[in-house]
Amino acid sequence: MGTNKESLLMNVNLKVKRFDPEDPESQTLWQEYKIDVHQDSTVLDALIHVREHEDTSLALRCACRASICGSCGMKVNGSAKLVCKTRVTEVSPNGEQIVVEPMGNHPVVKDLVVSLDTFFDQIKRVEPYVQPDHVPEKGEYIASNESMENLLTSMNCIMCGCCVSDCTVLEVDDNFIGPAALAKAWRFVEDPRDSKTSDRLKNLNDQDGGIWDCTRCMQCVEVCPKGVDPMDRIMELRESAINSGLTNSFGARHANSVNKSIKHSGRIDEFRLPIESKGYFNIKEILGLLLPGLRMLIKKRSPSPIHHKNPNQSKVKNIFKNFEDNK
Amino acid sequence: MYQHDILIIGAGLAGLRAAVEGVRNGLDVAVVSKVHPVRSHSNAAQGGINAPLTDRGDDWEGHAYDTIKGSDFLADQDAVEVMSREAGDAVIELERMGVIFTRDEDGKLGTRAFGGQKVARTFFVGAITGSALLHVLFEQSLKLGLNVYEEWFVTKLIIEDGVCRGVVAYDIKNGELHTIKAKAVIMATGGNGRVFEPSTQALICTGDGLSLAYKAGAPLMDMEMIQYHPTTLARTGILISEAARGEGAYLLNSKGERFMEKYAPDYMELASRDVVSRSEQTEIDEGNGIDGNVMLDLRHLGRDYIEKRLGYLQEVSLEFLGIDMAEELVPIRPGMHYLMGGIKTDLNGLTEIPGLYAAGECANVSVHGANRLGANSLLDTVVFGRRSAEHAVEYIKSIGANSKSENDLKLEQDRLQSILDRPKGENIAKLRDEMATNMTKGIGVWRDQKSIENALENLMSIKNRLPNISVEHKGKFFNTNLIFALELEFMVDNAESIIHGAITRKESRGAHFRTDMPDRDDENWLKHTLVYHDINQENNVRIETAPVTITKWEPIKRVY
Repeated sequence: MGTNKESLLMNVNLKVKRFDPEDPESQTLWQEYKIDVHQDSTVLDALIHVREHEDTSLALRCACRASICGSCGMKVNGSAKLVCKTRVTEVSPNGEQIVVEPMGNHPVVKDLVVSLDTFFDQIKRVEPYVQPDHVPEKGEYIASNESMENLLTSMNCIMCGCCVSDCTVLEVDDNFIGPAALAKAWRFVEDPRDSKTSDRLKNLNDQDGGIWDCTRCMQCVEVCPKGVDPMDRIMELRESAINSGLTNSFGARHANSVNKSIKHSGRIDEFRLPIESKGYFNIKEILGLLLPGLRMLIKKRSPSPIHHKNPNQSKVKNIFKNFEDNK
Repeated sequence: MYQHDILIIGAGLAGLRAAVEGVRNGLDVAVVSKVHPVRSHSNAAQGGINAPLTDRGDDWEGHAYDTIKGSDFLADQDAVEVMSREAGDAVIELERMGVIFTRDEDGKLGTRAFGGQKVARTFFVGAITGSALLHVLFEQSLKLGLNVYEEWFVTKLIIEDGVCRGVVAYDIKNGELHTIKAKAVIMATGGNGRVFEPSTQALICTGDGLSLAYKAGAPLMDMEMIQYHPTTLARTGILISEAARGEGAYLLNSKGERFMEKYAPDYMELASRDVVSRSEQTEIDEGNGIDGNVMLDLRHLGRDYIEKRLGYLQEVSLEFLGIDMAEELVPIRPGMHYLMGGIKTDLNGLTEIPGLYAAGECANVSVHGANRLGANSLLDTVVFGRRSAEHAVEYIKSIGANSKSENDLKLEQDRLQSILDRPKGENIAKLRDEMATNMTKGIGVWRDQKSIENALENLMSIKNRLPNISVEHKGKFFNTNLIFALELEFMVDNAESIIHGAITRKESRGAHFRTDMPDRDDENWLKHTLVYHDINQENNVRIETAPVTITKWEPIKRVY
């Protein structure tokens, strides 16, 4: 090859968030490193170079370098990534500074190392192991290949924590089981060998922080480095919960109310929605709606108690009909 | 001081399988691991796990013979027999624990072909079999409430009256050193790939357990047997599973020829790994490579098939090289991948030190001999992980309470402090890279007396410089700088034993191919090499040999 070693190098400008528990003042410390690395390098390669040759105090986790061990989740330019599979040129196409910080929603241990204790506590909440009701007399459980391949989506999860890092619900509600644990729960709900499907769904449906706490912001789908797409798994869990007759939760009632009113009139009945979501017989919670309702009325922000049909309601009905026919 | 019945070092497949066995027997079991269990390198096994399932017409003898032939007749045949006979149950057990193996049309477990075997008996989960197994065993460990010392680094084995009684371990998270006493210790720390550069192995594979056992007096066996995997990705050295060839991929040289025709006309791309790696290296050396690589061709398999059965390979190829396997050739080359050698154990995983067991890649039972068949390593971990714990359960019944002595803790505290107190000296990474490139140069796909002697000479000078390395960072929390210093000491022990094994074995067998002695010599070398740490010998090394157990298969010429 005609290229010499020199020309394969490129300059990388890293800005790394530091934290040393022995020095509480370091909480807000950022450090910059300007180094030369091979042009195909990943952000991990660059960080390792820093750790080995520039600043041996920099702490980070990494192991496989091949996106299978899940050690190296970090925020790069604001969103969670596995740095081993993030090429420098991908996040800094024109030599821009690369900002690296520890994942969010996980307490920082040191520099880029976070504690995943809570993460694994969340995993434990979903009883993460198959619970069959019988053992085959001989050999393996018989199951279709399709049913097993289906589970691959979730088995691809390497528990890196990226989805939890960028989950907007966990930012404000630390009781939420979170995207990774719910994707894990999905895997057992879908596993034909598992006998606890309805218990699992009931548990995920009923508990605080369960499947209905997701706001469908898509962040977990955006950042998941392994195509697990946790939000899609959560939506499937919701569907399974409703289909299994679990219609008496806030989330299920909300979904049903939206569905019913759009089907009926072509638009959401905003006056009924909060009441139906709470449940008609949930007197305490409905009374709780009175005060904000009155305030909205005074400020003329209240939805009309008289629900108007969408002029194109018949078209909306057709959409529903098409969908149901093709189901 | 902490105490347990059984302490397992390492939380990969061998360690977790051993732990499950111990807990099921109602014992107080703990695992100590320098990384969280799901970060262990068992993750990286891609292609599958071998098992001859009798209910589909296979038999243990077929698998055993393929394994023994693959080993170039260096494997102990009684050990292979144990592994082959127990393989079926091991795979069924994993399925019942929850592994989502690919199925046949009748809903039973499906198989794919793998190297060195004519029968397709490799059970798999896409190209993430190791990861799928590890996560399921981790699920089981959560179910059983297994006690794990997470991110604790073992610095020393505690040997009292010649018996292993625990470890001294350093909590990486806060820098504290502790004694963990146990009635039995199972070493399951995996391989030592980082002794070489490049290697497919993770940065954590530094041969810690091999060195700990070696320093405590256990012999390391057949350490010269280093597997070079035929298909590692150009430049990055990342593994591309044998499953690619198992599913039908070709190897091509720069002329577009399927060159394996010349070297292994019967098995072609699915000859044993040592044979394929040497064939590739011959092509490259003779100028039939492209930039030091040959090409892997999967295009005829079709995009759907590739994505379904080899999805992770496509992901790696696209993301690390920007190459779409369904449409382009993938440049690959042989790369250091696996250690067949290891801590010598008996059929129950027991080492020569009472109370110390070993299982998985750090152990040598020996079932892989001079060359391991693909998909036998996962099998090795679960079969011998379980057997070690099973034996330890019985062994500890006659073992008394742990002593209260904390002598080793004090010694280790002083040793670690003295490392931290060193004045600024050599850079750890630089010395490590020097060692690792030296090893690849001397103990490569090819080797000869001169290359091995050079490697030894260089290594001795590196070893002399080892006390000069300095830990610049003195912090207590997550001080990886200190860990790298300790790991480098372990790696140098590993390198030394590998070189001594290589210098001892005066023949070519399996992965140990000496260009100056290209033939196998059964008359003189149908035996294992043993390297002991012995302070009464020159350079603290003593070499011995041990016979190979032959039960029913007499060594014959190995042709693929």
